[in-house]
Amino acid sequence: MPGPSLVRVSSTPVPQGRSTRLDSYVDRYAARTQGMTASEIRALFSVASRPEVVSLAGGMPNITGLPLDVVSQSLTELVAQRGTVAMQYASAQGDPVLREQITEVMRLEGINAHPDDVCVTVGSQQAVDLVTRIFCDPGDVVLCEAPSYVGALGVFRAYQCDVVHVAMDDDGLVPEALRQAIAAVQASGRRIKFLYTIPNFHNPAGVSLAAARRAEILDICAEADLLVLEDNPYGLLGFEGEPYRALRADESERVVYLGSFSKTFAPGFRVGWVLAPHAVREKLVLAQESATLCPPTFSQLAVSSYLADHDWKGQVKQFREMYRERRDAMLAALQDQMPPGTTWTRPAGGFYVWVTLPEGIDAKAMLPRAVTARVAYVPGTAFYADGFGSSCMRLSYCYPTPERITEGVRRLGGVIDAEMDLRRTFGGPLPRGERGYDGPQSDLT
Amino acid sequence: MSHSVTGRVVVLAGGLSHERDVSLKSGRRVSEALRAAGLEVEESDVDAHLLDALRADPPACVVPLVHGEAGEDGSIREVLEMLDLPYVGSTPGACRLAFDKPVAKQVLASAGISTPRSVALPHEMFRELGASTVIELLVSTIGLPLVVKPARGGSALGVSVVRDVADLPGAMVGCFAYGSVALVEQFVSGHEVAVGVVDTGEGPTALPAVGISPRSGVYDYAARYTAGETEFHTPADLAPEVASDVARVAVTAHESLGLRHLSRSDLIVDADGTVWFLEVNVAPGMTETSSVPLAIEASDWDLAGLCAALVGLAVRPDRA
Repeated sequence: MPGPSLVRVSSTPVPQGRSTRLDSYVDRYAARTQGMTASEIRALFSVASRPEVVSLAGGMPNITGLPLDVVSQSLTELVAQRGTVAMQYASAQGDPVLREQITEVMRLEGINAHPDDVCVTVGSQQAVDLVTRIFCDPGDVVLCEAPSYVGALGVFRAYQCDVVHVAMDDDGLVPEALRQAIAAVQASGRRIKFLYTIPNFHNPAGVSLAAARRAEILDICAEADLLVLEDNPYGLLGFEGEPYRALRADESERVVYLGSFSKTFAPGFRVGWVLAPHAVREKLVLAQESATLCPPTFSQLAVSSYLADHDWKGQVKQFREMYRERRDAMLAALQDQMPPGTTWTRPAGGFYVWVTLPEGIDAKAMLPRAVTARVAYVPGTAFYADGFGSSCMRLSYCYPTPERITEGVRRLGGVIDAEMDLRRTFGGPLPRGERGYDGPQSDLT
Repeated sequence: MSHSVTGRVVVLAGGLSHERDVSLKSGRRVSEALRAAGLEVEESDVDAHLLDALRADPPACVVPLVHGEAGEDGSIREVLEMLDLPYVGSTPGACRLAFDKPVAKQVLASAGISTPRSVALPHEMFRELGASTVIELLVSTIGLPLVVKPARGGSALGVSVVRDVADLPGAMVGCFAYGSVALVEQFVSGHEVAVGVVDTGEGPTALPAVGISPRSGVYDYAARYTAGETEFHTPADLAPEVASDVARVAVTAHESLGLRHLSRSDLIVDADGTVWFLEVNVAPGMTETSSVPLAIEASDWDLAGLCAALVGLAVRPDRA
């Protein structure tokens, strides 16, 4: 090795020391942006986008089966025949024809609604935002299932809500746990603004609220004078029989219902909706005006044309069959590959399986090993506001082919085996969680 | 000095390592700098199409900015050597030495540089000998607090500071998720300093040292890659003789490991003014929150000029 030579230092005269935090606005951000920092976990998802990696993390619907020729023709006609309308500002509440069509969609789940009570939103994600905006002050409590949708938790965090999780089991939200949570929050002197729930084919848990529990949940909320925010993006993607009856079908005054075309048609249009009691709807329209002036007219008319001109129900049936095949592949692979002590849910629709790992395994700490093995998932902690979920993970079967799902679960089995070996060696406490904003990017939600 | 460059420069960024995201940011920034210097630049990921593309239309020069495994262990550079393509940065053999932290520390210790006491062990050693016994031995050898980090890797991924022995098993598990060998190192309290070294053909020169003060107290992933989370002082607030020392250590690291063109040494200056070598990087981060670009801007170079000069040097017939 060569020895150290005469040291040369940059010839510029030593400048006056400069200090920088590389962000001139660092002391001006709102309190709600605290914690919005880079995170190792989000960085690892960057690798998951590479084709070598089997990503069981993403929640992107698989829209390769869409009739693009039909959509193309429909869009061409839209521009040719109604272009100046489609590219113009419009009503904040949304296109009247589309709202009428939305009521037809909701009828499939037992909801009788008037188009006047529907507000079109930029995906149902914006509906969560608008509802939270009009109801919640900082410190207000929102009840959510445990676990809950990461995108909704992000909204509640942005409005500085205090999320209280309520236990679920294989039949969805547990009524007694809901009673206890309400009592505990009330005893603490805090105010609950609403219960946020995904009754059908839950993201991320993969379970559905049992029919026998639905009335009981509504009764509990009525007793506590509690609003219910029913988020139902997967309701028409059930694999068995008729769609489940919506909570809103049996309670019109206490339930605000959220729907979406992201899974039944395509997410790129960003069209969802909220169905709300009259007074709430009025507030939502005003909130929508200040948020966006109006939801995208072009997207609304595109969705409206698709619904009018195409056998969209037939397309949804095709989607269901595709997702069922993928669900079956994932459940079979889990049965083959998971070590003893691992449990998982068996979804009857939707996109997700929720896996609980053998005791002592931390899914977040294990993710780098999984990425090295070219498989990705979302660690369970992303779906809790309170740090729980470390022993769980969400697996998505919506996007990869059945063959890739099988291969991905095979790789995951090896990763878990290696992690268990490590745990057996070290035992002891789990690694502490890192700081940072761990929610996955939009294509993973 | 630099050689004029004709033809396109390929900036390699991304790859499949845990630092893919950081690498893409580094690649983007260096590409912009090279374009600002008037060069034709193509950004490329490292994937199954890369070799065919490089062979079909060989670039004038390659700038490998893939971080982590493959990017910094010399592998990609071995391939570039086989393709006989000029590239910026250190040779494969030098990368292998530098990327392996225990090896680099040993080389620097042999050159008379202080480096924290450390032990490098694979997971298997804990399993075969019994973790509790090995941990007990580690703590008695290294002392507390200590630092656990992957022997190979960057961006503070898998790194933990352990102050209580009860936290050590968890730290080991977190570390082994990133790699098969852990470096357990004495924790040295002091001023964290990063020192870039450039060699544009006239010998390695230390850039102004950058002092690092993370708001949380720990220069972890969030502190590294979130603007506002860390305060950087350029040049670092050091006494003149200590400033000379950190420059000397960084240049010694560059030379004794046989590095080329550009490196960054991460150092700690303790309360006595002793400079401790932690590690050296052959593809230092060039993101918007990385220290080397700050050091370059505080020197008599700017980022565009220096990147272009290094490309010019790489394409020189003798590949200095």
